[in-house]
Amino acid sequence: MRLEKFAIREKLERVPLPVWILGLAVVVAFTIPIVYLVVRALEAGTETWELVFRIRTLKTMGRTLALVVAAPLLSLTIALPLAILTTRTNLPFRKTWSVLTVLPLVLPSYLYAFVLISSFRSDGLLGFLRYDIYGFPGALLCITAVSYPYLLLPMRASLKGMDFSLEEASKSLGHGHLSTFRKVTLPLLRPAIASGSLLIALYALRDFGAISLMGYETFTWIIYSNYQMPFGGRMVAAGLSLILLLVALSLLFMETKTRSKARYHSSSEGSSEPDLIELGRWRWPAFLFCGFIVSAFLIFPMVVLGYWVVRGISAGQSLQMYWGAAFNSLFASGLAALTVVLAAIPIALLTTRFSGKLSKLIEKSTYIGFALPGVVIALALVIVFVGTPLYQTIFVLIFGYMILFLPLAVGSIRTSLLQINPTVEEVSRSLGKSAGETIGSITLPLSKYGILAGGTLVFLVTMKELQATLLLGPLNFETLATSIWHTTSEAFFARAAIAALPLVLLSSVPMMILLIFWHRRGNYERISGSL
Amino acid sequence: MKGIERKRIDISTKGIQPIWTLVTVIVAFLLIASVFLYFDGFSSEDSDSLVLYSGRSRELIENLIEDFEDETGIEVEVKYGSSAEMASLILEEGEDSPSDVFYTKDPAGIGAVQPRLAELPDDIVEKVPEELRSTDNDWVGASARARVVSYNTDAVDEDELPDSLWGFADEEWEGRVSWAPPNGSFQSMVTAMRSLWGEEETEEWLKAIDDNDPIDHYSSNTPQVQDVGAGEVDAAMVNHYYLHRLKEEHGEDFPVANYYPRDGGPGSMMMVSGLGRLNTAENEENADEFIDYLISEEGQEYFTSETFEHPVRQDLDLDTPEEVPDLDEIDYPEVPMEDMDDLEGTQDMLRDLGLIG
Repeated sequence: MRLEKFAIREKLERVPLPVWILGLAVVVAFTIPIVYLVVRALEAGTETWELVFRIRTLKTMGRTLALVVAAPLLSLTIALPLAILTTRTNLPFRKTWSVLTVLPLVLPSYLYAFVLISSFRSDGLLGFLRYDIYGFPGALLCITAVSYPYLLLPMRASLKGMDFSLEEASKSLGHGHLSTFRKVTLPLLRPAIASGSLLIALYALRDFGAISLMGYETFTWIIYSNYQMPFGGRMVAAGLSLILLLVALSLLFMETKTRSKARYHSSSEGSSEPDLIELGRWRWPAFLFCGFIVSAFLIFPMVVLGYWVVRGISAGQSLQMYWGAAFNSLFASGLAALTVVLAAIPIALLTTRFSGKLSKLIEKSTYIGFALPGVVIALALVIVFVGTPLYQTIFVLIFGYMILFLPLAVGSIRTSLLQINPTVEEVSRSLGKSAGETIGSITLPLSKYGILAGGTLVFLVTMKELQATLLLGPLNFETLATSIWHTTSEAFFARAAIAALPLVLLSSVPMMILLIFWHRRGNYERISGSL
Repeated sequence: MKGIERKRIDISTKGIQPIWTLVTVIVAFLLIASVFLYFDGFSSEDSDSLVLYSGRSRELIENLIEDFEDETGIEVEVKYGSSAEMASLILEEGEDSPSDVFYTKDPAGIGAVQPRLAELPDDIVEKVPEELRSTDNDWVGASARARVVSYNTDAVDEDELPDSLWGFADEEWEGRVSWAPPNGSFQSMVTAMRSLWGEEETEEWLKAIDDNDPIDHYSSNTPQVQDVGAGEVDAAMVNHYYLHRLKEEHGEDFPVANYYPRDGGPGSMMMVSGLGRLNTAENEENADEFIDYLISEEGQEYFTSETFEHPVRQDLDLDTPEEVPDLDEIDYPEVPMEDMDDLEGTQDMLRDLGLIG
């Protein structure tokens, strides 16, 4: 008992003051959008609230929830078979399928929207189908196409990392594959399914690019719509944002509940491999299924992009290359990755080395950004920074990115920090080094992979980011993301393709880095948290 | 436990001295901060610059701005968005707004920021005919555009098209017509309707068309006309010049033509784009120079030759492009300019009907 107390006190002293200051500073920054929202909402008169609470809002809520529920469900029907096939069967080329089925993460949802819109038009590749892709079908497809990997990755990790002896026991008791699956494997998969599904639900809630192009009006759309109206529209937008925030926070709350149940240790004690299911005749349907998924969500978009580029060039259209936009994308994303990681380190340290109430509060508050759509955060930052020399500089944009994506970096760094054996640090302390020295020379170098992964992740998502960039960017600032969106919404498909190609190519590099990192470290579990 | 077995525990004091780590971090932060500030911070305070908030799309006016920059050496920084969004931003930014000039697609957009506009010098204002500028001399029109119905020539004969916009509420047009209620030009048209037809009739028309299954996943005009060409839409309520620009892009056999509704109602109304200087502008002279440029011969020629719009200046000897009918050939309604200001009323009506917001 006394020893325990001693250990805890050691931990307390472990975190030096600068870390605390940085951590708290970050948190204060995060409360700005919330304060803004509340102030705005309080300013609102009854007219505003009447507009917020009307039938149309209810219908929009219905539409939004429909998407929020359907996207994870559809993703599950894709991800579950894929996860099983690539980890538990003797499917040929398993490793290749593993990589290919995860790659759609690279594509932003609005890019897939471009692919669908341009293909289903009567003069497009799929025009002969004569199908109206707009509305719910299109929106659902776009979100699912690029988010199902968020379910796939944790499920694969779970399937690989679970304790096989449980399944062996079940089989030795006479249960067949199916029965074992139902009774043993599936329940063990529940945390992965829950966390992945909730993540996809959050993405569906926040998406703007795809739903706007598909004409499917969800909450982010009506908030943006009202934001654009000069007469009291912004207050209505603030009111609607509060509602959206409540929905998102409930989803988040559910997500953290499941997270706490996930196992941290990545692989089982025993080194036994699971029994691979012999597919036999089922090999071909399995192959076809994997092939179909990869074709639909990876190959098809690439083909469509290529088609429009070629079509544009051969029609002799003057196609300017998006060099400026590409540079802006790289610059902004690089800067964002750097700053967000630097801000995330103190937070991650606080929440892993000092697990008190305050640090839990700090971590939870950083998730606010996850819950709010880009337009709300952009709105808040405009108010705060207008009139200062920082207004309309890239600083405000990066700050917006930080609010939106800090949890991603924190999650990734936390994973690495948690994997460090505390004994190592304790030995360092007992040899006389201060807390600061220990962090600098032991902790941080040992967690460098997590830091790198966190930075890469932030780089990836900021490359794709649309709404905050549209609203907060400095004058004359176009990124590849905004270019794709502008050109697609004006139906200039060849130009959209020209802007999309570099985005995909530039995103593939960090994606490869991440995949290698995750594969090497084997810490798939935390992916759902870090994503 | 994997952790202990696999990692080499390195606690030698030869590792990075923590003080240096801290220093590196601080330096990194400073570097980053200075890059931020350098990147954009104070450049708008230069005397040879101008900040423009534009409700017109980059596609349309990019080259015009470049021409202006080449001619005057003034560097223009532009923020693009929809007219309403820009108006909203200007109002939100208040006195600290960095914008000098506001250029909108239509009168309603600029009317929304009327309290923030400065009175323009007489020599600028007098160049533009009275009916194409503000009654308070605080904004001028730069180019005039007509509302039209762009239709697919393969699917529709001109005779089939109804005399007025009311015709599109008939059953035979179910699911064949597109519109874009969030679009600024559409909202201007509705504002004119309210003036010409009255509030009730306008509301009835909106409901009638909405009940007729219009194709409405659009926020702007270009994709509508593109889709008319592709055969997705038979008739679209847009502005006249998109057709001509797209014909340039797609070629002469682009199967779309413009129809100016025979009844001379709001379906073929004339709208001017709005141009004004903000009373909080820092670069007043540059702002006036920009406005003057757009209504000068060079500016007006840009509109006639590049964007296929009508010039506002009648005194210059400018050729309207052949594809575009002359102003006197178009039967457009007279709408008092002061009625065109009321964007709020239009947006309220559209919002109540659930067409926007």
